[in-house]
Amino acid sequence: MGKQAIQQQKIVCVKCGIYLTPGKVTLSYMGSTFPVELYKCAQCGLVYIPEDLARGKMQQVEESLEDK
Amino acid sequence: MDQKLLREREARCVQENPPGCTAGCPIHVDVRGMVAAILKGDYEAGVTLFEKMVPFPGIISRVCDQPCQKACKRKEIDDPISINALEKICVDSKHTPKPVVGLPEKNKKVAVVGAGLSGLTCAFDLARKGYKVVVFEASGVLGGSIRDITESKLPREIIEKDFAVFDQLPVEFEFNVVIESQGSSSRSFIGLRESFDAVYLGIGCKEQNALDLRVALDGNIAIDPVTLATSHPKVFAGGRLRRGCEERAPVTSIADGRSAAISIDRLMQNASLTANREKEGPFVSTLFTNTKGIERENKVPIIDLANGYSKEEAEAEAKRCLLCECRECVKACEYLAHYGSYPKRYVREVYNNLSIVMGIHHANKMINTCNLCGLCEQVCPGNLNMGEICREARQMMVERGKMPPSAHDFALRDMRFSTGDNFALSRHQAGFTASNVAFYPGCQHAASSPEQVKKMYQFLCDKLDGGVALMLGCCGAPANWAGQEALFQETLQKFEQEWRKLGSPKVITSCPTCFSMFQQNLPELQVEMLWTLLDRIGLPDKATTSTFARRKFAVHDSCTTRYEAALHKSVRNILGKLGYEIEELPRSRENTVCCGYGGLMIYTNKDVAHKVINRRIKESDTDYLAYCAMCRDNFASQGKRAFYLLDLLFGDEKKTGDEKDVPGYSQRQENRARLKRSLLREVWGETVQEPETEVKVIIPDRVRQIMEDRMILVDDVIKVIAHAEATGNKLKDSESNRYIAYFRPVSVTYWVEYSSQEDGFLVHNAYCHRIEILE
Ligand code: SF4
Ligand code: SF4
Ligand code: SF4
Ligand SMILES: [Zn+2]
Repeated sequence: MGKQAIQQQKIVCVKCGIYLTPGKVTLSYMGSTFPVELYKCAQCGLVYIPEDLARGKMQQVEESLEDK
Repeated sequence: MDQKLLREREARCVQENPPGCTAGCPIHVDVRGMVAAILKGDYEAGVTLFEKMVPFPGIISRVCDQPCQKACKRKEIDDPISINALEKICVDSKHTPKPVVGLPEKNKKVAVVGAGLSGLTCAFDLARKGYKVVVFEASGVLGGSIRDITESKLPREIIEKDFAVFDQLPVEFEFNVVIESQGSSSRSFIGLRESFDAVYLGIGCKEQNALDLRVALDGNIAIDPVTLATSHPKVFAGGRLRRGCEERAPVTSIADGRSAAISIDRLMQNASLTANREKEGPFVSTLFTNTKGIERENKVPIIDLANGYSKEEAEAEAKRCLLCECRECVKACEYLAHYGSYPKRYVREVYNNLSIVMGIHHANKMINTCNLCGLCEQVCPGNLNMGEICREARQMMVERGKMPPSAHDFALRDMRFSTGDNFALSRHQAGFTASNVAFYPGCQHAASSPEQVKKMYQFLCDKLDGGVALMLGCCGAPANWAGQEALFQETLQKFEQEWRKLGSPKVITSCPTCFSMFQQNLPELQVEMLWTLLDRIGLPDKATTSTFARRKFAVHDSCTTRYEAALHKSVRNILGKLGYEIEELPRSRENTVCCGYGGLMIYTNKDVAHKVINRRIKESDTDYLAYCAMCRDNFASQGKRAFYLLDLLFGDEKKTGDEKDVPGYSQRQENRARLKRSLLREVWGETVQEPETEVKVIIPDRVRQIMEDRMILVDDVIKVIAHAEATGNKLKDSESNRYIAYFRPVSVTYWVEYSSQEDGFLVHNAYCHRIEILE
């Protein structure tokens, strides 16, 4: 298991009081939608996007969609 | 931009036009390329370029009459480059004739009369194209008049080596044959016309009458200077026959043979003889090459007359070559240099980018990076303005919904802040119901030096009669730069309305960008820069007792007012009145460069913007003086001590000129809002509530810097925390015990890591993305 996944396992949803677990999330940008697996609260659906992902892969996707 | 405009714009950039030498060479040898090869010690590459144009390289490298030298740029400084001597060393060092590959044989026959250089070139070119060629020569050898050249200058084995090329081509030679001008035998002129598809006459300076061709006034055969056609449709003529025999011009003979071959080939294919031949022979190139600052250095003499240059001498001579090119704008503009090419290419990239329907728009970033500063137009010999092209392209991208949303979003939101209630204001002077002038400091001056705005307004009210209104807002420049034409017009109109409500007073602005926006877009509005006004009406009293030590400043002129000579003068006058010494930067006044802010570059491409700023601040070690607050802040942000003219006027001791007085994005908005509130209170005596923030946040400097880099405002962070605390929608890292929350006010999702403290929320980190979470 990657470092990032271990870190994400420690994230708790404050409202529901449960640990986040991997689940399906739909992301969308510039008219494209893409299903991804992210840690989220199984009960209320609150999602966690770690900094590395937001500033790494997600930013690349944003840039390439913007230039389409 | 349609095809026509594209062409017109491309044509303005002369960078791809050949250097004078190549244009002046009748067969267009790439001298610059050859010289570059010599400089690299690559003589083989040099000879390859030479041979590409020259059919008999050994001969020409020794006897060329160098018409190219007349057009050599270096001639304007001292001596032209010794081009032929450089050709010779290339040929001598590396020349091994390469096999000649011709096209498949055609079933057309051409007669060439005379085996001089022009006839042989014609034969060579046509044979390579697959024509069967028969050369008739009156003597027993090839070469014609080159045989008159001394053996020491042109060794005979060189001649034989060059002509050995004909062993590989479908050319037949008939020696000792004199073509009769009379009669109709197969060896007569009329006979040739009948048995061949075309005839080329390259008979040198022989008798030429009685060939039954039309003659010109001077008694010579009439020959079309471009096509070399005679009065007989099958017959072409050139070489010394055309030019006369006074001067030896071997390379012109070669060019004639080549032109005749082109004409004959076209004739055989029923193509136009005249189309597109303007640049076939020598022409004058419009390539611009700046020779400013190049020191005199006479040519390297040829000491060994028999052997020519040694490699050392050749290299020394090659170094004198200017390797002519333009790139004036690329030298001046860091942005153009950053993308590694020059406008002729860029214009096409922009055009292609706009034409793509499906696929990746590779030039988006490039289009969005330009400062739109107009320096390129100023330095370009063809006045090509890349800024205009980029701005127009941005506008089209916006219209078609192809503008990347991330490009200008932040800047436009900042603009909306300034045109909104937090900042926008328009008032007559307290106690007045009309206004003679309106002071308009612009959004960035107010953001950078709010205290000085107040002081200056007070000063103007004291000094000027008839009422001085105050107008706060934004001129719309960010929208203009972003290509958001509709938003720009809307912003301008809003401003115009307010201005008309005040009775259309003359506008005094301290911001060069506001000045130029108004001047270019609101023809009815009379606008003046604060600096020319102050120069005229006198400075605030405090100015002359400034606490700044008397010292020297290097003046940075703003790019948006590059042609405002009166402004440039006033700024210098003011500095003089204040007792400062002035230094002129290498690029100043109409040649000034952008501070990195123009065109929103700082938002769209921070890396290039930093390169632009760093290049500018390295022009001098002296402290800089800017009369635009934004210019000053950009320099100071990169570690240059720089002052804003208004700070000098009021002797603000708090200003150190370094990055400590550069407010961040959040602070800029805060400064604007606070300025408005305090003016309303202090000048117009209104009661204004301080706004209450929903939550109190504590942001350490390190995090503040991260937020600045990521263009996240304090206000965004507050929104996230307020939302999380109100809804309870937040996560927690069970190890560090920090909360993590996200919120998307409009188009960006912000994430904040924070913990709660007694006196508020401590922010540990913030980041954002534009991709939306749909659940
Ligand atoms: S200044 Fe720039 S755009 Fe103008 S001709 Fe030279 S290289 Fe081309
Ligand atoms: S300086 Fe060099 S490149 Fe320029 S014209 Fe002369 S030989 Fe050609
Ligand atoms: S930044 Fe200025 S000089 Fe450079 S291309 Fe753009 S408008 Fe021209
Ligand atoms: Zn939950």
